[in-house]
Amino acid sequence: MSTSPSLAEDQSVREPESRTPARARRWNGALREPVRIALLLSPALLVVVVLYGGGVALAFSQSLGYLPFIGQREVSLGAYQRLIGDQAFQASLWLTLRLAITSTVVSAVLAIAGGMLIRGTRRGQRLSTFLFQFNLPMPHLVGAAAMLLLLSQSGLVSRLAFSLGIVDSASAFPALNNDRLGVAIMAEYIWKEVPFIGVVVLAALRGEVQPYEEAAQVLGATAWQRFRYVILPLLMPGVLSTCIIVFAFTFGSFEVPYLLGQPFPAVLPVLAYRQYTDVDLASRAEAMAISFVVALLVSVMVLVYLRLSSKQRRER
Amino acid sequence: MATTTHETPAVRASRRLSLGLLLLGLLAPLVPLVIWAVAGEWRYPDLLPASYSTRPVQFLMSPQSRVVEGLTNSAIIAVSVAMIASAIGAAAGRALGLYGFRGKRLVQFLLLSPVIVPPVAATLGIHVAFIRLGLANSLTGVTLVHLIPTIPYVTLVMSSVYANYDRAYEDQARVLGASGWLAFRRVTLPQIFPGLAVAGLFAFIISWSEYLLTLVIGGGRVQTLPLLLFAFLRGNDNAIGAVLSLAFIAPALLLLLVTSKYLSGSSTTAGFGKL
Repeated sequence: MSTSPSLAEDQSVREPESRTPARARRWNGALREPVRIALLLSPALLVVVVLYGGGVALAFSQSLGYLPFIGQREVSLGAYQRLIGDQAFQASLWLTLRLAITSTVVSAVLAIAGGMLIRGTRRGQRLSTFLFQFNLPMPHLVGAAAMLLLLSQSGLVSRLAFSLGIVDSASAFPALNNDRLGVAIMAEYIWKEVPFIGVVVLAALRGEVQPYEEAAQVLGATAWQRFRYVILPLLMPGVLSTCIIVFAFTFGSFEVPYLLGQPFPAVLPVLAYRQYTDVDLASRAEAMAISFVVALLVSVMVLVYLRLSSKQRRER
Repeated sequence: MATTTHETPAVRASRRLSLGLLLLGLLAPLVPLVIWAVAGEWRYPDLLPASYSTRPVQFLMSPQSRVVEGLTNSAIIAVSVAMIASAIGAAAGRALGLYGFRGKRLVQFLLLSPVIVPPVAATLGIHVAFIRLGLANSLTGVTLVHLIPTIPYVTLVMSSVYANYDRAYEDQARVLGASGWLAFRRVTLPQIFPGLAVAGLFAFIISWSEYLLTLVIGGGRVQTLPLLLFAFLRGNDNAIGAVLSLAFIAPALLLLLVTSKYLSGSSTTAGFGKL
């Protein structure tokens, strides 16, 4: 958006809540505040609006079949129509949704459980918190590598199963990667997202929850009642908004299912990439349509969530 | 703590057991990575390698392998991205943290959208433009696109830093006659430095871990560590894959140390979601 500098300029800008003495403000006054704000924001907005926004806009225009570099200038919704009727696309859509929803829900449940368990321990709380959050900065690709070495047919779990006499060969071990259910993919997401949601859970348990819980205890609530009627409702807003981030990430994630998933059906981002790299240039439009649908679905979900949550806040 | 008042030993034991199992589930997946990195011969169904070897580690160092090239590329890109994104994101963070202005929510929303909305559309879409501009298949092009996921995080961290920042010191310096640059270098920078360091490390690690953007915009010509790791894992070379994974983790561990030292609180750790 080339209008970014004027965004702040032409709108009247409120004086900041600044504690600056008047004399000092004169020194800063070399640049008027709206100009200053616009200058500070413009590089970041330039990157996000031009590179990111421009990228999405180009994806959309290409999804409509506007591909001037192969001499195609007619615009149509053909790619989207083809997707709606396409069984492969539908299979991918459901797979992507299922993986994202399952991983998000399981991660949230385990994160809440982990937070409660850690809070309940008296000794070693610092250590268990550290171990609980150890995976936070790990790259997803390393998680995927770990799941491959752990869950594949010749992985460590399979070897354990062999030594316990459960299977008699690697091929007798059920494939957990490249499988229909996507076990390894979900395992990787959960491995990585439990600590992430856990951060929010632990922060809330240490902060806002405590006084309410103590009040409930004084009033004679049992442990279960305190959890169900005091702790959980207080945790939910934070956990839910984190879940939205996790869902958005898992829905749009590429490299984990690209490494651990079966070729067909593949998740939507992988399907889009495959179509994009197809030698047939005609499948370009479909690749772009798939990727645009991914972006659109997640954007709509996030907007609906923001709408609902702000409405709920107002009603309270 | 409040919940532990009337606990029987059995309840406490089962609580510890569940916590132990959960932590085991989170950490055990890293064990085969470590063992594979020093494994010589490790055939199925052995639980432990029959022999150990430094071959994987040596491979990491050998100049013939593409690993050195990949490591160098990754480092060049991630360092450049961290520096550029820190500067740009710190500026935006200052505007968002210090000032109230109309359209602020819109700006915040715009700046956060690249980290919430899946990147696949923007990545595939912009490739055409990068080919046209001669930026595809180059380090410059890859560096440029890595700014997309990093700037939002730096901005997020820095706006929370600036929200707790007292501008009075800076103003005092100006009143006493310091130039804008001097005041920034001697007064502002020392104050924001811990936050800036963490934000820069964040940007470094996001760029360091980036796969799809590098794959598409680099067009296979720009080999980075994640691309190599992926190739070795696909090629079933577990030992090399494991060693590369460990090299890949190193900066993340550094970040864990630094963040736990400098900052605490969920506003910074929130950034980990993307990693």
